[in-house]
Amino acid sequence: MTGALSDLPWLVPTPPDFKARVRAALSGQSVDPLEVRKLGGYALDLSSLDLMGKLVRQHRAGLIRTAGLTPFRLGIASSHTMDHVASALPGTALRHNLVVDVVLAGMGPAPPPLVGPESVLGRADLDAILIAFDYRVLGLAEAQLTPHEAEIAVCGAIDFLTGFAAGVRDMGITCILQTLVPPVSPLFGSLDGRVPGSVRAMIERFNEKLVYEVAIERDLVLDAAFLASAVGLSSWNHARDWNKSRLPCALNATPLYADHICRLLGAACGRARQCLVMDLDNTLWGGTLAKDGLEGISLGHGSSVGEAHVALQRYIVELRRRGVHLAVCSGDSETNARLPFRKHPEMALREEHIALFVANSFDTIGNIREIAAILNITTDAVVYLDDDPAQRARVREVLAEVAVPELTADPADYAGLLSTAGYFEAAKFSRDDMERASFFLAYSRGSDSDFSQYLESLEMVATVAPFNATSRARITQLMNASGQFNHAGESYSERDIETLQNAPDKFCMKISLADRFGDNGIVSIVVFDCSKPEWRCITWLTLCRVAGHRVEELALATVARAASEAGAVRLSGLYSPTARNGVNPEHFARLGLTRKAIRSDGGIEWVLDLAGYEMPALPFAVVRPNGLANHHAA
Amino acid sequence: MNREEGAIRLTRIMRDIFDSDDLQYRDGLTINSVPGWDSLGHMRFLNAVEKGFGVEFTSGEVDTFENAGNVLDAILLREARV
Repeated sequence: MTGALSDLPWLVPTPPDFKARVRAALSGQSVDPLEVRKLGGYALDLSSLDLMGKLVRQHRAGLIRTAGLTPFRLGIASSHTMDHVASALPGTALRHNLVVDVVLAGMGPAPPPLVGPESVLGRADLDAILIAFDYRVLGLAEAQLTPHEAEIAVCGAIDFLTGFAAGVRDMGITCILQTLVPPVSPLFGSLDGRVPGSVRAMIERFNEKLVYEVAIERDLVLDAAFLASAVGLSSWNHARDWNKSRLPCALNATPLYADHICRLLGAACGRARQCLVMDLDNTLWGGTLAKDGLEGISLGHGSSVGEAHVALQRYIVELRRRGVHLAVCSGDSETNARLPFRKHPEMALREEHIALFVANSFDTIGNIREIAAILNITTDAVVYLDDDPAQRARVREVLAEVAVPELTADPADYAGLLSTAGYFEAAKFSRDDMERASFFLAYSRGSDSDFSQYLESLEMVATVAPFNATSRARITQLMNASGQFNHAGESYSERDIETLQNAPDKFCMKISLADRFGDNGIVSIVVFDCSKPEWRCITWLTLCRVAGHRVEELALATVARAASEAGAVRLSGLYSPTARNGVNPEHFARLGLTRKAIRSDGGIEWVLDLAGYEMPALPFAVVRPNGLANHHAA
Repeated sequence: MNREEGAIRLTRIMRDIFDSDDLQYRDGLTINSVPGWDSLGHMRFLNAVEKGFGVEFTSGEVDTFENAGNVLDAILLREARV
């Protein structure tokens, strides 16, 4: 790949008017989510990221509410200076569908205590803590000249990390373990690899133990050692800046380091990308099908260009094998566009790999939206791959939440750019991930049972619970956000939510959803007035991100059960079809609700008689920590 | 490059890094005298100067940088050596 990895070559260079645009956004009262997504999508350097951080802090609430970004609180426990990394994270996180707040604690593994309920990190209400220690503070800076001493040094470092990680887990916080980056200077030379006590060998051994022995399933591992080697150890390590300011990596590499942290957080929250939408001509093969014909396109042996496109296809097939959905979006006719997939002997991608084949003369923007809708994902889970700069620019302009890798003029770079961008970062992987894409493919060919299998393969765990103090801020955000099934346009403060929570005549419930992709957090909120035998819906919202996952059915079943047990006879509500309430009216029938009346403003009065209601079998394991009636949905 | 030209280029970098369009260059501008020029800002500033002027400062130079004038001196000294 031409250009250094640390320059984030898959992103568009920062335009000259960047700072002016950020300042304009900073001076505004409200936030334009599209503009913020665009600003965050450039290859920002440290000072631009610092400025973006200010913008994110100022419009934090608005971004979570209107841009569909997931809030994440990250603590960093480090033995060295992480301030510049911390300042780069909020701006970087936008690319990964997150709004990140960072709490720094350090320096050194020594006091003040970093873990425990009374520590800085323990009191900060964090989602995860990155444990970023340097080999020098872990006692691995000096070579040990006997294997026994080497083992003692490595085990000492591992014991320390093990204890620290346990302290983090005890606080109920996700632990992010980071592999150690070795120094570039050898002691013996190539022999370092064969002397167990060389610094390099000890660090390799430490990293192996960290990944296989210290890390437990729910931990995340940030492979800084691999990242540094990809950048080049001599570029990553910067002796002068380490000596002066204890910077763990060169400042030039910091935006890339921040990006790797954020992609891991995004994956852990289920916000990594899930679908690759591909252009065909000059992207998957060289040349154009309409002009060059099936025999004329460059693909496979015989030319560097043909080899480059096959290499890209092979990488894409690998993505498909690990569960990434593939879709084709072409302006060609469908018969023509399918031809190479069926007939060209060098195609690595075949029809059976493609979940959705969209070949028409319609606008790409509309096609991408349609693909996302059919796959039941939001457009911020889509990556769009196209060799045409004008087309890429247009998609970025209109759908700034879609990731569009910047490609060079050389197809040999395509596979590298697509992979190093880290769009499809995963926090875990299992057999189900491999099968998921096949289930969906079968479903797209018309089998409902395969969609159920697809949902089953997500291993969804729904947690149903009443409102509580810790979730109040998030509930408030969601109650004021879009995508609601029942919303009368009120805005709620945290105090209003507290009042609702404590009112004896209100039934308040939140549903959180975790699946193989990660923890989605709270995905549904339901509030009913339960003062009369007819429970009346006040608010019912489900995040559109989980549309189609049958969360509404779980919500309804739970309310119906609670209402029945309380002696109620009926549920009712009003659905107002506003811009904020974009729910397909067919939804009612699927849920088993009856339309009682349609009002002149289009509002629909719905009811559910509890006597005739039967709960459907649902693809969730349901967890009820406390307070709501006990039953199992699955 | 004379001192005046160097100061103009340095000012451009400082305005960008410290996000201040009306920053006026003086040799005596010191760390903490400009909003954003804290220890983190200082490292970012030096990094931008190194990129902007195509130089790399030594540890000895970095240790002596107390104000903008010191940085400009070091840049000019390198030019003179070439």
